[in-house]
Amino acid sequence: MKWNGWGYSDSRFLFNKKGQAEFTGKRYRLSGMIIPGLKDWMEGTFGANLQHKTQPVLNTSAVQPPMLNEAFVEELKSTGIPFSHEADDRVFRAHGHCLHEIFALRDGKIGRVPDMVVWPNCHNDVVKIVELACKHNVCLIPYGGGTSVSSALECPPEETRSIVSLDTSQMNRILWIDEKNLTAHVESGIVGQDLERLLNESGYCTGHEPDSMEFSSLGGWVATRASGMKKNIYGNIEDLVVHIKMVTPRGVIEKSCQGPRMSTGPDIHHFILGSEGLLTAIIKILYLRDHEKYSESLIDMQKLYHGLSSIFTSFLDGLKKFYITKFKGFDPNRLCVATLLFEGAREKVLQHEKQVYDIAAKFGGLAAGEDNGQRGYMLTFVIAYLRDLGMDYYVIGESFETSVPWDRVLDICRNVKARIIRECKDKGVQFPPLSTCRVTQTYDAGACVYFYFAFNYRGLSDPVHVYEQVEHAAREEILANGGSLSHHHGGTTS
Amino acid sequence: MASKAVYSHRDPMLKKRDDFEDILEERRNTSDLRYALRCYTPALYKGLTPCTASELKTMVLQSDQLLYVINQVSKETGTATDEIQSEAEAILEEMAHRLQLSTIRFFAFTLSKIFKTLFRSICVNEEGIQRLQQTIQEQPVVLLPSHRSYMDFLLMSYILYTYDLALPVIAAGMDFMGMKIVGEMLRMSGAFFIRRSFGGDKLYWTVFSEYVKIMLKNGFAPVEFFLEGTRSRTAKSLTPKLGLLNIVMDPFLKGEVFDISLVPVSISYERILEEALYARELLGVPKPKESTSGLFKARKILSENYGSIHVYFGQPVSARSLAEGRVDRSQFNLTPRHIPRKPSEGIQDFVNDSAFRLVRSQEENMVLKPWVLLAALLLQNQTAGNKLGVLVEDLTEQAVWLRDLSRQFGAFLHWPDHIPPSRVVSSSLSLHRSLVRVSEGRVQLNLEPGFPPPAMTPEEELLSKAVVVLSCASYRNQVLHVFIRAALLASAIHSVAGSRKQEIFNAFSFLRNMFSNEFILRPGAEVQDFEEACYLLVKSAVLQVHQQEVLVTDRGHRTLAFLTSILDPFVQGYQMVCRFLCEEATESLTEKQFVPAVRKFFIKHLLTGELKYVEVLSSDLQKNALAALLRLGAVQKLRGGANEGTLKVNTVMVNSLEDTLGGKLPTQKPLAARL
Repeated sequence: MKWNGWGYSDSRFLFNKKGQAEFTGKRYRLSGMIIPGLKDWMEGTFGANLQHKTQPVLNTSAVQPPMLNEAFVEELKSTGIPFSHEADDRVFRAHGHCLHEIFALRDGKIGRVPDMVVWPNCHNDVVKIVELACKHNVCLIPYGGGTSVSSALECPPEETRSIVSLDTSQMNRILWIDEKNLTAHVESGIVGQDLERLLNESGYCTGHEPDSMEFSSLGGWVATRASGMKKNIYGNIEDLVVHIKMVTPRGVIEKSCQGPRMSTGPDIHHFILGSEGLLTAIIKILYLRDHEKYSESLIDMQKLYHGLSSIFTSFLDGLKKFYITKFKGFDPNRLCVATLLFEGAREKVLQHEKQVYDIAAKFGGLAAGEDNGQRGYMLTFVIAYLRDLGMDYYVIGESFETSVPWDRVLDICRNVKARIIRECKDKGVQFPPLSTCRVTQTYDAGACVYFYFAFNYRGLSDPVHVYEQVEHAAREEILANGGSLSHHHGGTTS
Repeated sequence: MASKAVYSHRDPMLKKRDDFEDILEERRNTSDLRYALRCYTPALYKGLTPCTASELKTMVLQSDQLLYVINQVSKETGTATDEIQSEAEAILEEMAHRLQLSTIRFFAFTLSKIFKTLFRSICVNEEGIQRLQQTIQEQPVVLLPSHRSYMDFLLMSYILYTYDLALPVIAAGMDFMGMKIVGEMLRMSGAFFIRRSFGGDKLYWTVFSEYVKIMLKNGFAPVEFFLEGTRSRTAKSLTPKLGLLNIVMDPFLKGEVFDISLVPVSISYERILEEALYARELLGVPKPKESTSGLFKARKILSENYGSIHVYFGQPVSARSLAEGRVDRSQFNLTPRHIPRKPSEGIQDFVNDSAFRLVRSQEENMVLKPWVLLAALLLQNQTAGNKLGVLVEDLTEQAVWLRDLSRQFGAFLHWPDHIPPSRVVSSSLSLHRSLVRVSEGRVQLNLEPGFPPPAMTPEEELLSKAVVVLSCASYRNQVLHVFIRAALLASAIHSVAGSRKQEIFNAFSFLRNMFSNEFILRPGAEVQDFEEACYLLVKSAVLQVHQQEVLVTDRGHRTLAFLTSILDPFVQGYQMVCRFLCEEATESLTEKQFVPAVRKFFIKHLLTGELKYVEVLSSDLQKNALAALLRLGAVQKLRGGANEGTLKVNTVMVNSLEDTLGGKLPTQKPLAARL
């Protein structure tokens, strides 16, 4: 895993010696492939130049020595729970993936970091650690996958007490599966892809697939009210959770039963879900997975997916590209792509597929086939790697999202994009920014819209500050246009 | 942003204005026909989905808003929805424009001919045109010209055609439609017609507002309307009407477009075509119904030299930047946007405030001709009882003094500096020779009726004098917006015995409040206006303003006297209205009878010489005074039943207002803010 960028150390975008974009490693379908359109897209969209490259500064040694609470350490030792105060362990757990956090790391700026990391192995270990922390006045910051984008992992610089990072990565087991009730008891530290793999082995799945599922943990999902790409079939995290056990300084909170719904006053889960940063161990429901089919439709309505679609079209093989662009008259730069994943029983999938294609046909769209669909789906996982590539070439960016009623979707997309462009101009950004968006989740009463915003920061003295100002303005615009502050990223970024 | 620059100039001298170019010059040198037939390819709004006028109608008729209201009306009245639907169609049919390029070309040709005979030049600021061209492509645009003449909107379309800009659709009063051929011609040149009043008619309002909004949102064409609602007969800007501004702000406030650009346009005429017509109207000759033959007759009678026209396209004002920090747009998030809602108080205040700002920026960019200053001076001389008139040299000296003063105050004065002042004065006098008489080196207003040799009653004589005075006042009025704040301050200083700043401010606030139906004074900006007035008078070395005191300098008396006397006719007019209400108003006086009754009262007192300003005969002043008294609660209008429209006068309050205006009573407790 990278300590100052997204994902696996072996997987990254780079421009090889021939100046072609390439995705390294072996993990993804895209790995080892040349992406011919990417260079032009980077240069065309951002005015980025391969000659202008930033060099991340690597100095893990600049970390301040740990401020340890001796009494706490002594008692912790007696419990036998493993811990560490090595600099790299601490730095690794001092940040999430907000732009300012990564940018500072690449710049070699390391602020306040945890003084110590502990690795509880089970629920009882967590109970002990929390007790000791209360006793010795030590701060705890829970750490799951480290993919937070709400600054929840940042250590307050003014904090004088010892800060302990509680890493749940060892609590990664499925304790039992209850086939009668379709539930499973899972520890909070398990990472999404492991959970899914282990369940698959028994013939089950959760269906919860956020873009970060390779790295993010179950506990994190609960703490941030996460949502996944397959939510239309399986629901969001709050629909999947049946029971939560939470350790608090005042003791353990849990319901006394696993009934699917209760009406005795407000649901205690609603205080826990989305509370950000609490400790949890969880029970989950699962569904049998039967049939799966990827598909992709092109709908030439709005260029929601503008920049990224051009990367996509570069995957199209020659003949198909010719068919789509020349015969069907799609403009690859104005193409709107929808990646659709149909999942469930065979008849149902076929039925859904037909319905969707009929709608697409009505608006002049066409199906692009399963292969492209799979690539499109996979693309959502590698998008996060693109930001690191951008940062290599003076481009910073981030995504943020909102949920909004249907009748305002087009208005909010237009206004927020326009606001971003205007604010960038006002704040002195020298190059036109990338300001684009896509609908990622749908509900009966509205949709979740993702905005992508990035710009070339050459010529700016404090790019992160500019970025934050623009993002703040964009969020203001979202609120003014009837959107929510966040759909699933969590709410402390602005 | 851009729009803020319009108001933020503390120092009016720094106000930068664009240069003008005469568009008639080319018309005089090249073929009008070729001009009318030339290739016309305006730049359009980037988001425009081209559609025909009939598609536009369909969009209106199928809009959620209209369907909702049709259902609502159907439920309320029990009428079938189809019937209401066809009613809506009929309304739209009556309202909608049918913009046609061929008609525009026809107008381009004929107007070229007419303009060339009537006017010396039509000057347009080209930079403004360039800004507009840019803006039209980026945002939906609303054009807000000032309204002084029938000419205005034809002139606007003519200019936009000349510069290859998108032609606007124009909100016009229904009365135009009465003119048979012209009405249809105007419709085909982009006018759409709205009824003057449609108070509670929900269906009408919805069709109308949807029609405007859909054109605006789609960028179909710039929407043009007159903020003042009607032509100003006095050349003073009128208190803005908010209906249409509310409508065009709505798509922005509800997030249906990113922004709306509001472009104030100032059209100033050196001589207004309707000059004498307006004066007669103000004196009680009822407004003739607009008719085609009337319009042509008017043109024939007036086919002489009308000098030049200046059209200034102001800095586009973004609705977004007006609303920034003032309006919480999320208030529109909680109701579906197609359900009509009355705008909240906050929104009403915002729109009202924006309207005042826009009218003020129209005022600021009005070009003032030297004659305007001369008119002010001649009127003052006339009321000072100078029967012989003023020596041309003296007038020139005064004019130069006033020229410098108004420049210091930031007036947009077109005084040709390369020509000796005496020539400037004499050429101005000759252009307006119907209003002034020069004999034996002396100038005075042309008050003696020339021909036919008069056998008139004193009353008729007075009225014929008044026509000239009011015509003249309509020029003087053009400069009032430059001096109004300082004039209020000067009058306040005059009425307060001491020099205490707070007292002066109280008197200022009182006067400002009293006259806020008369002049463009932004609601709630007392302190700002007071400071602006102080700033201007300190800068021109008239006052010294200290922490607690306001002192007049030795050199300042002339300026103060001028400023006080500029406001004086209004003060006296309002006082006399008060007196009328106390002395003569009967129990059954209605709003309708008010103006004729006041006029009679005024004529009586003018003839006895008790009243010296003939211009108080202006019904505009009388109506404004009544509106002010109604607003202040000194007079009440009864509603309902047999007493509908009857005025109930609070004699004590009216009396005390009269005394305060006359300086007999100290200003009461500050009406609004303390300094």
